[in-house]
Amino acid sequence: MLAAEWNKAAFEAKGMPDALKAIGATGAADSHDILIKAPDIAENGSVVPVEVTSGIAGTTSIAIIAEKNAFPLVGTFDLTGGSEGFISTRIKMGQTALVRAVVTAGGKSYTAAKEVKVTIGGCGG
Amino acid sequence: MAEPMRIRATMAGDLADVKVLMNHPMETGTRKDAKTGQLVPAHYITEVNAAINGTKVLEAAMSGGISKNPYLGFKVKGPKAGDKIVVNWVDNTGDKNTAETTIG
Repeated sequence: MLAAEWNKAAFEAKGMPDALKAIGATGAADSHDILIKAPDIAENGSVVPVEVTSGIAGTTSIAIIAEKNAFPLVGTFDLTGGSEGFISTRIKMGQTALVRAVVTAGGKSYTAAKEVKVTIGGCGG
Repeated sequence: MAEPMRIRATMAGDLADVKVLMNHPMETGTRKDAKTGQLVPAHYITEVNAAINGTKVLEAAMSGGISKNPYLGFKVKGPKAGDKIVVNWVDNTGDKNTAETTIG
């Protein structure tokens, strides 16, 4: 029923470079065609709304990374069957950090980031 | 065990605007219980799939970094009002849930 294996190495990576590597996006090119909508300041890090819109033609996947979380990779979203280059969700952030989107289009990786200031971290413990 | 999941799908122009709200604690496994001081075991959704009329439109993989009671919004070109959308998830304990609705 579920096609792809859950990428354990990527989700358990403890730093942004390792997470990028595990999703095959090392060296992703910076892109102005990726729009990240997230609050400038999040009072509650346990619920941070994040919306990613990719203007890159042929976008097939969007990954969301909270760079300073203990496990930075938050989610990957494969878009098929007519899905637009868009995903909206809510993430947890342990502290103020860049929220990074990695877009895959035509087999290449593109990235953009936006800083979110977190008043109260939301990863607990 | 699994709580209901809500899906709202409406046509906006030629795009189906899909919003999914899942009920799930999304425990990372690193949070301590305030009373006992013990770590709360990891319990989070790992995969979400969505299909419209049998065609897969979204395959999401996630960690405990997604907020409790996960929300996903996405947009699909091509469907029409009346098409059926099915969403299912599975979590790290093997628990699963599925829901469906028609696009309005």
